[in-house]
Amino acid sequence: MKKLSKLYTALIIFFMYMPIIVLVIFSFNDGKTTVWKGFTLKWYADLFRDSQIMSALWNTLLVAVLASAIATVIGTMAAIGINNFSGKKRLLLQNMSNISILSPDVVTGVSLMLMFTIAGVAFHFQMGFWTVLLAHITFCTPFVVLSVLPRIRHMDYSLYEAALDLGCNQWQAFRKVVVHELMPGIFTGFLMSFTYSLDDFVITYFTRGASFQTLSIQIYTMTHQRISPKINALSALMFVVIIVLMVIINVKDRKAEKRMGE
Amino acid sequence: MKQAKNDIIVSLRDIFVEFDGEVILNHINLDIRDKEFVTILGPSGCGKTTTLRIIGGFLEPGSGDVYFDGEKINGLPPHKRNVNTVFQKYSLFPHLNVFENIAFGMRIKKLPKDEIKKRVKEMLAIVDLKGYEKRSVAKLSGGQQQRVAIARALVCDPKVLLLDEPLGALDLKLRKTMQWELKQIQQKTNTTFIYVTHDQEEALTMSDTVVVMNNGIIEQIGSPTDVYNEPVNAFVADFIGEANIINAVMIDDCRVRVLGEELECVDKGFGQNTPVDIVIRPEDIEVVPPEQAKLVGEVKDVVFKGVHYEMTVMCKNCEWIIHSTECSPVGSKIGMKIIPFNIQIMNKMFPHPYNQFVCEVVYADEENNSVTVTLEDSKFDIEGFCYPAGTKLKVTLPPQALSIAGDGVGDIDDVYIESVIFKGEHNEIILESDEQKWIMHSDVDEQVATYVPLKFDFSKAHIEPVEEES
Repeated sequence: MKKLSKLYTALIIFFMYMPIIVLVIFSFNDGKTTVWKGFTLKWYADLFRDSQIMSALWNTLLVAVLASAIATVIGTMAAIGINNFSGKKRLLLQNMSNISILSPDVVTGVSLMLMFTIAGVAFHFQMGFWTVLLAHITFCTPFVVLSVLPRIRHMDYSLYEAALDLGCNQWQAFRKVVVHELMPGIFTGFLMSFTYSLDDFVITYFTRGASFQTLSIQIYTMTHQRISPKINALSALMFVVIIVLMVIINVKDRKAEKRMGE
Repeated sequence: MKQAKNDIIVSLRDIFVEFDGEVILNHINLDIRDKEFVTILGPSGCGKTTTLRIIGGFLEPGSGDVYFDGEKINGLPPHKRNVNTVFQKYSLFPHLNVFENIAFGMRIKKLPKDEIKKRVKEMLAIVDLKGYEKRSVAKLSGGQQQRVAIARALVCDPKVLLLDEPLGALDLKLRKTMQWELKQIQQKTNTTFIYVTHDQEEALTMSDTVVVMNNGIIEQIGSPTDVYNEPVNAFVADFIGEANIINAVMIDDCRVRVLGEELECVDKGFGQNTPVDIVIRPEDIEVVPPEQAKLVGEVKDVVFKGVHYEMTVMCKNCEWIIHSTECSPVGSKIGMKIIPFNIQIMNKMFPHPYNQFVCEVVYADEENNSVTVTLEDSKFDIEGFCYPAGTKLKVTLPPQALSIAGDGVGDIDDVYIESVIFKGEHNEIILESDEQKWIMHSDVDEQVATYVPLKFDFSKAHIEPVEEES
């Protein structure tokens, strides 16, 4: 029975990850088809020479860094605000924040597009970098709230009072004590935002306007023209980055849990 | 406005605090003298921590004034008060080591580095933690964390140090050591300590002055000997140390009737034939042969306590506790001799020996000869007579006619148990509903500071209609 369950698990993992493994393997294939012709790194080299892809990469990183940083600040403040409410009000606000995580990306994307179009007509602007950034901040913020809120709830409130008692004004007490206590949550929220921003396609697609390109959009466009193994290389790289971020988040969480346990 | 006396460091004037309609502090006044070790003592929920938070600046009173060193400091935030606090759970900053925790306050004040280093070192010596600078606070024992918390507060050189049950989390042995050490630290640093605790022994051991609180009011302020030997009422007597608290009648000055026997005492000024409570400490009763004492009892139980025997003695249906170094066997008759000086007379906490209220008939049921009345938004039936609706009834109920509804359905719900005091024969319980207080006798040890449904037994009541004034 035990062997059977192990086999079952192995099979599930195999089927889940096989497509990605195939993709990674073929990103090293010296040929344009799905026939193995030998090992090469030329697609990776091509990738870094492709100015279109490189500008898309730059855009993606810029949006991800800015959006997750801004979302972290807003989300942390929101979490503190929500925590100050009590009872039903708090539950309501918390769920309102969670609903935007659960709502389908298409809905979020289309609604943001609509809003930006209307606002664009009213205030004379076109969708592009700024609208994508705003959209990303919008969907990243709830993730920060989600990861910071439990930390606030578990924080010993008298730590804040102790800081006030020792001569801090409210801002100093927040900066010197509260932030340190919330740090694991803030950091997890930041990394989660960063990951979601990096791999978002749908919302970006609706809010990017005519010319703004990010990596996921770039790959999508490339598949329209002709299938280039460069896509494999690019996808493999993105996958690795996401994996690394996920590992960091999990290790951090583990450590935080262990410290709490002590 | 300046206060006249200049050895008073903290002064609370008519402080009133309310949360969600519940009164936490009921117009309290308190003066604390400079350089004293003051303990605020009381059961949980009595308002002692709230008092401390008001002095620390963490809570603004609903009304009333706080004076510090003669200056009114209402509304002044904690960081601008020359007061520091040692919190119940120590609240050390986990991301800083011992040195940085203690240096925290001085770093905020931007003191020079050399001075910070010097003062932290001195402080560590005072709290007996030399060489612990680099330790992580999470790795310290409870007692050590405690001392870091004290050092962190004292290094800021406060005029007053507030301590909120700081020894509560420690085990008994460590608590005893820390009690002694705290007193030493207070004397070494020459600082005013305001110490909050529910542990009466802690209060008696350490303090210069003890403030006994209950239900948002101050019951008594005095030296440890005062509150022990001369409690002002049954609550204080019961809360501090062991005591025999008995109903008695003050016949005249220096003469009190206890369980039918007239005894001599030293208190005066209670009037004639006034019902009073008396307190006699277990160690103040001398065991003598039965013929040499007015009060004679039978030993029911003896427990050896190390220094003395604790004997439970029944005397005229009333239970007494006696501490004696000599053991009288169970079943033997003994005389209980009490010298006049050791009988402490106190005013009754409840002003009347019975309950009285006026309620209004809302429905008269002539068929069953009963009425439905309303009192404080509650409705209940009284059987056995009938008055027309609208009549006001004056009801007098003896303490025995009240009970706590075991099935959860009372005539009045959510009545607050204010105090439970064992009076030898039964518990005397004082309760408070929205508009009045009640007195009740019970054999059950009810839990103080809880809400219960109260039931009336009208067969023991005296009921008469109120004469309408025309």
